Amino acid sequence: MLAKRIIPCLDVKDGRTVKGINFVNLRDAGDPVELGKAYSEQGADELVFLDIAATHEGRKTFTDMVSRVAAAISIPFTVGGGIHELADVARLLEAGADKVSLNSAALRNPQLVNDIAARFGSQVCVAAIDARHDEDGWYCYVNGGRIRVERTLFDWAREVADRGAGEILFTSMDHDGVKQGFPNDALARLSDELSIPVIASGGAGAKEHFADAFRLGHADAALAASVFHFGEIKIPELKQYLRDEGICVRL
Amino acid sequence: MKVAVVKYNAGNICSVINALRRIGIEPLVTDSAADLAAADRIIFPGQGEAVNTMVYLHESGLGDIIRNLRQPVLGICIGQQLLCAHSEEGHTPCLGIFDSCVCRFPANSPTEGRIKVPQIGWNTIEDLRSPLFDGLKNGDFVYFVHSFYVPECAEAIAHTTYGGVTYASALHKGNFYATQFHPEKSGDTGLRILHNFIHLCHD
Repeated sequence: MLAKRIIPCLDVKDGRTVKGINFVNLRDAGDPVELGKAYSEQGADELVFLDIAATHEGRKTFTDMVSRVAAAISIPFTVGGGIHELADVARLLEAGADKVSLNSAALRNPQLVNDIAARFGSQVCVAAIDARHDEDGWYCYVNGGRIRVERTLFDWAREVADRGAGEILFTSMDHDGVKQGFPNDALARLSDELSIPVIASGGAGAKEHFADAFRLGHADAALAASVFHFGEIKIPELKQYLRDEGICVRL
Repeated sequence: MKVAVVKYNAGNICSVINALRRIGIEPLVTDSAADLAAADRIIFPGQGEAVNTMVYLHESGLGDIIRNLRQPVLGICIGQQLLCAHSEEGHTPCLGIFDSCVCRFPANSPTEGRIKVPQIGWNTIEDLRSPLFDGLKNGDFVYFVHSFYVPECAEAIAHTTYGGVTYASALHKGNFYATQFHPEKSGDTGLRILHNFIHLCHD
């Protein structure tokens, strides 16, 4: 049976992980490679590395980091941030990434999704969508959630799936960082309407929230950052809990 | 031990090279008939699509070279599908090492309703019956990304179930082995499979 995936997400700037990280037994928790390796050993199913630097120099450092991650880790990993054109995708895949995630770039230039799927295959293309539940419904946002785009979450998700995205990574801005759980109703609608996997992102604060994302939200995978980085939730314990709850996970 | 990775037009072979390095093997990536013939083990990896890949294998002569290999060969993912007789993907005749044909996952399963295609993620391998899986147990998880599959058949050495379909997730015939999953992305379980392949007894 296909397992539900648990995915830690690491923000990287100039080759170093950012956000406070409270990880025992790590020589250097600021090294994304070492941190990624630790997560892999704890049973993470995949990893996501997001480049939050905006400079040319930062991009190059990030690409070097991707090569080092690929050499050190034998589970799949996705990279995102700063991807604007096919050449960016080619550079990151050549460095050893398995998938790339596109966010604002896809909304600005939807054809990029088709181009990535045609050139590298759908499995490479993760469409990341930031959305908020406004008074008139779920709408997409770009630029780190600052600018509303006149597209609803569900229409845009269907469009990127039709254009060839292999997975949807959905972050609810209302839930992200609040640690009160994932937006399970919206997740379930996305998951049921689309024929590609949906990754829930943003909102995890307790182990029960992951179980709800899978059971109520029908998510295929769940991503989180701070609860893992600060050791509030430990991946082996989370997975054992999910298995005890009857959810198929890789142990 | 000389290990060659077949160089052709199907996708990302970087992760196969990295995984082999982690088990102490520095592979030669090549499309040369002489280099392939001289290798002790050959890995035919890939990610991609059957039609263009088969055209490339025919036109480059690599298809015939691969068919005539006598040392252990491991096909991975599209590599496995290309070693089969035929693929539903573009109705493509393939290399015909295995007698099996390759089918597309149905959009709807009789038991589970609509299923997501491609299958992406970790699934279990069951009914393991090959030295390729020494040290593993039924129910171990490996990483899959695929829309097409090989139905249960006599050449199967492992089974996996997705969306109500139980299919052959690894094949063996003579000196040819193949996995639908990606051992190079399957953590320590996958590294063990690669290690087993490199150390297979072969006359």
